[in-house]
Amino acid sequence: MTASQPPEHRPGSEPGRHNLDPHLDRYAARTAGMTASEIRALFAVASRPEVVSLAGGMPNLAALPLDSLSRQMAELIAEDGLVALQYGSAHGVPGLREQICEIMAMEGISAHPDDVVVTVGSQMGLDMVTRLFCDPGDVVIAEGPSYVGALGSFAAYQANVVHVAMDDDGLVPEALRQALAEAARHDRRVKFLYTIPNFHNPAGVTLATERRAEILEICAEHGVLVIEDNPYGLLGFDGQTYPALRSMDPDNVVYLGSFSKTFASGLRVGWVLAPHAVREKLVLAAESATLCPPTLNQLVVSRYLSTHDWKGQIKTFRENYRERRDAMLSALEQHLPPGCTWTRPDGGFYVWVTVPEGVDTKAMLPRAVTARVAYASGTGFYSDGFGSRQMRLSYCYPTPERIREGVRRLAGVLESEMELVRTFGSVTTRAVSGPQFPGPDTA
Amino acid sequence: MAERTVAVLAGGLSHERDVSLRSGRRLSVALREQGLTVHEWDTDASLLARLRDERPDSAVVALHGGEGENGSVQTVLEMLGIPYVGTSSQGCRRAWDKPIAKALVAKADFATPKWTVLPHSTFRELGAQAVLDAMVDSLGLPLILKPDQGGSALGTQVVRDAAELPAAMVGCFAYGDTVLAERFIDGVEVAVTVVEGDEGPRALPAVEIVPESGVYDYTARYTAGLTDFFSPARLSDQAAKAVGELAVGAHRLLGLRDISRTDAIVAADGTVYFLEVNSSPGLTETSTVPMAMEAAGTSLGAVFADLVSRAVRRAS
Repeated sequence: MTASQPPEHRPGSEPGRHNLDPHLDRYAARTAGMTASEIRALFAVASRPEVVSLAGGMPNLAALPLDSLSRQMAELIAEDGLVALQYGSAHGVPGLREQICEIMAMEGISAHPDDVVVTVGSQMGLDMVTRLFCDPGDVVIAEGPSYVGALGSFAAYQANVVHVAMDDDGLVPEALRQALAEAARHDRRVKFLYTIPNFHNPAGVTLATERRAEILEICAEHGVLVIEDNPYGLLGFDGQTYPALRSMDPDNVVYLGSFSKTFASGLRVGWVLAPHAVREKLVLAAESATLCPPTLNQLVVSRYLSTHDWKGQIKTFRENYRERRDAMLSALEQHLPPGCTWTRPDGGFYVWVTVPEGVDTKAMLPRAVTARVAYASGTGFYSDGFGSRQMRLSYCYPTPERIREGVRRLAGVLESEMELVRTFGSVTTRAVSGPQFPGPDTA
Repeated sequence: MAERTVAVLAGGLSHERDVSLRSGRRLSVALREQGLTVHEWDTDASLLARLRDERPDSAVVALHGGEGENGSVQTVLEMLGIPYVGTSSQGCRRAWDKPIAKALVAKADFATPKWTVLPHSTFRELGAQAVLDAMVDSLGLPLILKPDQGGSALGTQVVRDAAELPAAMVGCFAYGDTVLAERFIDGVEVAVTVVEGDEGPRALPAVEIVPESGVYDYTARYTAGLTDFFSPARLSDQAAKAVGELAVGAHRLLGLRDISRTDAIVAADGTVYFLEVNSSPGLTETSTVPMAMEAAGTSLGAVFADLVSRAVRRAS
């Protein structure tokens, strides 16, 4: 091969052969499933204003005081630019870590700022925790359904996910017990339980307070760590909060927090609170991943917390989201055909809808996009191909009017799909071909 | 002389928006390298005002599916008197509907796999199983299902077992109300680009498509590495000539203009089968049209810069 050959010609390949990826035989096994997908491509249409997107988990940033934020950011650069634009510690800005502890105290957590590691969104925290704990083939237990971004991280580290059932009160303790017993029977090593106890993504339910201690006890009995992911905990519509699992068992819970849903998702600032020994390793892992989280963004968050009425802002968000949740629930009641059921969240961003037998929400998505409405189909929230009868609807971003219009369109799509199912009979669900990877449309 | 300005129209609201945006970006870069001033415009509510106010010397339609290929956007450009690269609105309407294109090509004695076209309502009214049984009796298995309109293999399903048919039908009907069912022909899959020049339309070297999975579906099309391409295709001289003649023939028969891509299969017995034609073919990093241009010793930018000149001349 000479230097002038086009790069797409693989050494020793046949003349005229183009394989457009010369690195194909070099990739790690964990890249399996990182392929183009027509479902992902459909979300390019969902970003157009003509489409009511009930798919994405984007916070309603229009409720933020942008003028005042812009002044604060300008002042930050003027007054503290040499620090804000410089590398920082992998551990995170100390002042922000102290403020994070004050926030966590609202859900009963007593923590030392040294045990907090600031991350690039809690997604990075999730990635690092999985990296620290999971070898290929290890088992991770997660609710069924679970957050698509977590499933993507687990897949990237080649962990096997076992889903455990939920009901209206969240994760079912007995189902967890059975899953752990089953894993033990097959000699499979369970590394941790990944759980979103509050205003679950995507299910919209909350783990009942009385179940929390029991879940922790079961995990302790089986020597299983708990990863508590809590981005929505302060978004209870009545201002209600629930005791964090971390507050009940500090030694066996790693807690993930985020400013994405309570302030600004674009800043990508989240955190991990971990027992001391784990935290030491997290800092080293963070250093190798990013050197440090963005100093500028951390200082923006810190300044916002110290100069703005951030609790008042969260209240504003809660009121916005409650109004939108109400709009969605009443529209679902009014428009959805018989046989559909859905959860009724009292906080957070999502409603989890179950459609009649035979309808495959993934197969239906192109029809929905044609009708100018989008949702996240249920299979993305499972690692094992389940979820074809489910879909996640987000009410966080569209206005109440748009939500009502979106649900009206969705109902029409469902009616058409149900007619197809009546014509062709209940169809076999197409299996998920590989791990799902999160995009902004399913975050 | 001022630089020529070109509006590359890409995006739109079809299921192929993502592919179109990629085609549009790639084409825009290639045209800028040719010294043209390029605007990349989506087809939204601001498009008409932009076209009227800025009056580019030419538009290039890099829209795939929907309004970009069914003649609607072309009609608007014609009404505004803006020269554009690509097939006229009338030609688009013929090529866009796969069954119409197949019928016209078959009438000119080109081979095309046996097919049938059925709307959802037929299955509903006559009973799905009876109609599916008749379809299998008529076409045999395996067969391929496609929405009657649209591209990028969206909704396309290869069915090898009759038991898979109901689910495949539901998947296909998600993209449209009418299904084109076609006998599946085993053979060498090729894409042949036709480009018009002063001597009329000419076929570029055929590009052979060898998907790793055996099916050239959306994932195989747009994931680099999952498909091997051979350009020129590994065909006998006779077969290479025949696919070229088919592509130029289809281009002429359907009244296509400037550029098109014909997809075909060369069966083991040497028969060349027409599958479908695209009046606005993909121009992405994994598309076959840029590969064919490279095999012909030219480039995306050079070909489209020439087509822009032709469009401007055509209008003057």
